[in-house]
Amino acid sequence: MLGRAVAERLVADGHDVRTLQRSPSLVTGAQDVTGSVTDPVAVRGAVRDREAVVHLAAKVTITGPFAQFEEVNVGGTRLLLDEARKAGVGRFVHVSSPSVAHVGRSLAGAGAGPADPGHARDSYARTKAAGELLALAADDPAGLRVIAVRPHLVWGPGDTQLIGRIVERARAGRLPVLGDGAALIDTTYVDNAVDALVAALHADVAVYGAPYVVTNGEPRPVVELLAGICAASGVPVPRRHVPAVLARGVGTVLDAAWRTLPLPGEPPLTRFVAEQLSTAHWFDQRRTREALGWTPRIGLDEGLARLATWTARQASATAP
Amino acid sequence: MTAASRPPVDVLAAGGIDPRWSRTVDVGPRSWHLLDNGPTLDADPVGTLLCVHGNPTWSFLWRRLVAAGARAERPWRVIAVDQLEMGYSERTGEQHRLSDRVADLGALTDRLGLVGPVVTVGHDWGGLVSLGWALDHPDLLAGVVLTNTAVHHEVDDAMPAALRVATARGVLPVGTVTTPAFLETTLALAHPRLEPAVAEGFRAPYRTADRRSGIGGFVADIPATADHPSRPELERIAAGVRALDVPALLLWGPRDPVFSARYLRDLRERLPHADVHRFEGAGHLVVEDEDVAGAILGWLDARDAATPPEPSDAPYRALGTTLVERADDDGTALIELAGPRSRRVTWAALAARTDQLAKGLAASGVRPGDRVALLVPPGADLTAVLYACLRLGAVVVVADAGLGVQGLTRAVRAADPTVVIGIERALVAARWLRWAPTLVSAGPLRAGVARSLRVDASLDDLAALGRASTADLPWPEPDADAAVLFTSGSTGPAKGVVYTHRRLAAMRDVVARTYGIGPDSPLVAAFAPFVLLGPALGATSASPDMDVTAPGTLTARALAEAVRAVDAAVVFASPAALRSVVRTADGSELPALAGVRLFLSAGAPVGIDLLEAAATLMPAAEAHTPYGMTEALVVADVSLDELRAVGTGDGVCVGTPVAGVRVALSALDADGEPTGEPDELPGITGEVLVAAAHVKERYDGLWLTQQASSRDLGWHRTGDVGHLDDDGRLWIEGRLAHVLVTADGVRTPVGLEQRAQTVDSVVSAAVVGVGPRGAQQVVVVVQPEVFSHGPVVAEPALAAAVRGALDGTDVAAVLVVEHLPTDVRHSSKIDRTRVAAWAERVLAGERARL
Repeated sequence: MLGRAVAERLVADGHDVRTLQRSPSLVTGAQDVTGSVTDPVAVRGAVRDREAVVHLAAKVTITGPFAQFEEVNVGGTRLLLDEARKAGVGRFVHVSSPSVAHVGRSLAGAGAGPADPGHARDSYARTKAAGELLALAADDPAGLRVIAVRPHLVWGPGDTQLIGRIVERARAGRLPVLGDGAALIDTTYVDNAVDALVAALHADVAVYGAPYVVTNGEPRPVVELLAGICAASGVPVPRRHVPAVLARGVGTVLDAAWRTLPLPGEPPLTRFVAEQLSTAHWFDQRRTREALGWTPRIGLDEGLARLATWTARQASATAP
Repeated sequence: MTAASRPPVDVLAAGGIDPRWSRTVDVGPRSWHLLDNGPTLDADPVGTLLCVHGNPTWSFLWRRLVAAGARAERPWRVIAVDQLEMGYSERTGEQHRLSDRVADLGALTDRLGLVGPVVTVGHDWGGLVSLGWALDHPDLLAGVVLTNTAVHHEVDDAMPAALRVATARGVLPVGTVTTPAFLETTLALAHPRLEPAVAEGFRAPYRTADRRSGIGGFVADIPATADHPSRPELERIAAGVRALDVPALLLWGPRDPVFSARYLRDLRERLPHADVHRFEGAGHLVVEDEDVAGAILGWLDARDAATPPEPSDAPYRALGTTLVERADDDGTALIELAGPRSRRVTWAALAARTDQLAKGLAASGVRPGDRVALLVPPGADLTAVLYACLRLGAVVVVADAGLGVQGLTRAVRAADPTVVIGIERALVAARWLRWAPTLVSAGPLRAGVARSLRVDASLDDLAALGRASTADLPWPEPDADAAVLFTSGSTGPAKGVVYTHRRLAAMRDVVARTYGIGPDSPLVAAFAPFVLLGPALGATSASPDMDVTAPGTLTARALAEAVRAVDAAVVFASPAALRSVVRTADGSELPALAGVRLFLSAGAPVGIDLLEAAATLMPAAEAHTPYGMTEALVVADVSLDELRAVGTGDGVCVGTPVAGVRVALSALDADGEPTGEPDELPGITGEVLVAAAHVKERYDGLWLTQQASSRDLGWHRTGDVGHLDDDGRLWIEGRLAHVLVTADGVRTPVGLEQRAQTVDSVVSAAVVGVGPRGAQQVVVVVQPEVFSHGPVVAEPALAAAVRGALDGTDVAAVLVVEHLPTDVRHSSKIDRTRVAAWAERVLAGERARL
């Protein structure tokens, strides 16, 4: 969702945009290159004659073999950096995630700590951490300039990652609140993430070579966020409270089950997800806002209102 | 024999010690190790700090001071020695007596060619050695700093238990040398626990029994008996200290099982001019527990900048003068209503009793300047003994039960009285919690209690002694200490606040002037401080039948009875007492209360609703509420009429400064720190500063706190935050410690709380910040009208209503609790620090109880 939105914005801003993805992007006004970020030929073709690269390609699923995460999130990043350098690209915006630096339990007003592939919490976060380290190491004041931007929990109308999962579970009555549901969680409305990435593209190169966390700067208790998203999506608001410790335990068991047994799809709950939903994750945005010259344009309430409008439109479109 | 060596690099690194500071020095046949920042100083030092560690530490103890001294501006050369047999200095295998150690240190400083000015710094037995050096080098000496040490020990006195064990026959070598028990025990005294790397640094020079022989030698050299070889040197130093007239600083950790309060008392007595700071909660290793390096350098800087106080020639009338003048007056001074035990005391009787008690105290050995703790409920007894102490010049320590047993114990111990006068309950605590050596009972004791508690006298005994005395007591000097009162401790442990006689007198005058109280305005005092002021004001006073320590026990009937008893014109009460009066009123008290011309709600912020309700019971009275604090009892005043007129604003309106008081603000900067110069312009949010004749003299035994609170010459920093409006009214927006610093700027809690309280279902609210300062999120914790044991996050409707009321401020969360915690003393100030700590945990996803 974020990739498409960035491409559309850049086109709208009058830039000459080329997209690389596994299936055609169909972004009007952009050149479409179909292929994998792990394919040298496709990558080379994509970065040719570009001034800048925004790297959003990643394997983001919750489970899967580590090697698959590594291939895309580390190998793909390395390939993209190499080809960008060879092609004489000037700027490289590496889209990362705050989870690359998350090694403990709660993050309350945290800054953008160093990526830690050894201790991040799951395969996605570990490989994204390794990828970010590669990217920032490639920053060269005399050549390719690299900046890492870490949007946290991006959501918006049409999002299948976060909103889609929440709505699906809530509709099935399988969205419990862990513990008190009081843990403060900060999110990023998609338009704000797009603004931040575009701002990073244009930022003073003096701020390159470092990671920046991007959020709305409006942390809310997780129960309130879930309720807001469910209400805006027209699904039942979660009411059932499950002890956080229990949820983490169940997550651990399911992790093991999905690792060892040939079970289809994703487990209904993983330890990582249980932890994410029961511990605080919010960030000190002062450094980011100053470096990028960016502030979130769409507040949480406005974002939820837009989600509700979208939901209503979807409903009327599918109505007989 | 092992010559001195330099510590291994990892030990230096663990202590953040620049390797260039560590060196060995040969003095005759002996070799020493020391830390000396001299070689790395960029500018000429102001002077030298000569630091001497105790047993069983080494110069590592002073590492932070060595580093801090090497600052760019006004650096100090800091030399921290390892005593012989200790740290990395030579192991000679010899026993060093105290006199040897003092002489050895002198030889070392001669060898170093030390020039003045020198300030000695000592810890533990190093304090004694450093003082020995100080006495031998008067030409170089410019000051002494002592931390948890002792210079004297009466042979008859019991040794500290910890040392008794260590010096017991057979235990000594095993405890100190064969095993590292003594070392480990000492390291375990740190609060909080030492970082593992730091503890290893302390252990490093003492890995083997050979290396530890000095630890045993040190303990064996404690001159606990009269015939001990080190006794004469101890006596020399202990006596010599009395003659030291250089500036002195005592930094003390009270949680010390070895150097307990009596050693601090002894040092204060020998060095009466010393500046003292007790770090509440710190222990024997105070140098590790607290920023002692910062304290020492701050003190040295302040000594340089200090300006002597100007002698005051303002007219002064002692607080007790009125009593003496009315010694022949048979009119009523006070009435204590307590059902069948009610008492009426005439001016003559009160004056006589006061005079007898003053003389009795003097006759039993209490001298002017001695501290006497009064643990007596307000009433005739307390009044008499209070004025007796003031007459004698004994310093009264007034701690109230509102602090709770723990707080009271901490407070009384900090004030360190020589005498406790109390009711039985207080005396039991005083004996078992070792508050003071001498106990006097105020009132009857159960049979046998006096003996079991070793109570030395009763007030009646003292009065009898006084009647027999023909002594003519001189009045105390106006600028001598008169009283130690305590803050409520709503933001940390209660602090002792010292008033001089002159300042107490000024406080009486400001009350008299502000509220027009004098001989023809009888008063009822349902609020402790004012019970005591009646005799000073010359006003007849009555205390209603209630438990003064529980203001909620005052009934409308009891108040009416007290008003009727003295035909009172003025009523003083706390908000809690007023609330109780309003609740229990049934109309029958109206005739009695009709004559009251003024009532005051004091001690805590009061809501306009409560004042309105109380005003209906006293329709002829003007309702006022003063704003003040333990450090300045009356600062501003506001009437109910004025409160009605000003309406709402950002904070609580506390009115205009009363005559004789100046109020200024020190503006908060973007980090929420009050860095602004004192400014009396309207519209600036900052820390409230007060200047008046009745502001406290100083904090007691809290030199650093006093420095911070008086850093603007002539002003007292209150710790409250607020602003002045265009009409000169002061608005209080909260405590400085409770200011929020969000990414969007500084926020003060009170105004936001008031807005949250406008939501119908909200009874009270606390606004606190969670997260790191500068990026804090605003959290509103509300106590709803109806609490159900549900989720802690407010239901959407309530959250939306609260957010709506706080429009313009991003509220991260609205939480609900059954009851917001309040301070013990007034049960009205919300304990935001506790609420914030709780919210921080809950919003991190943890389970926590408030």
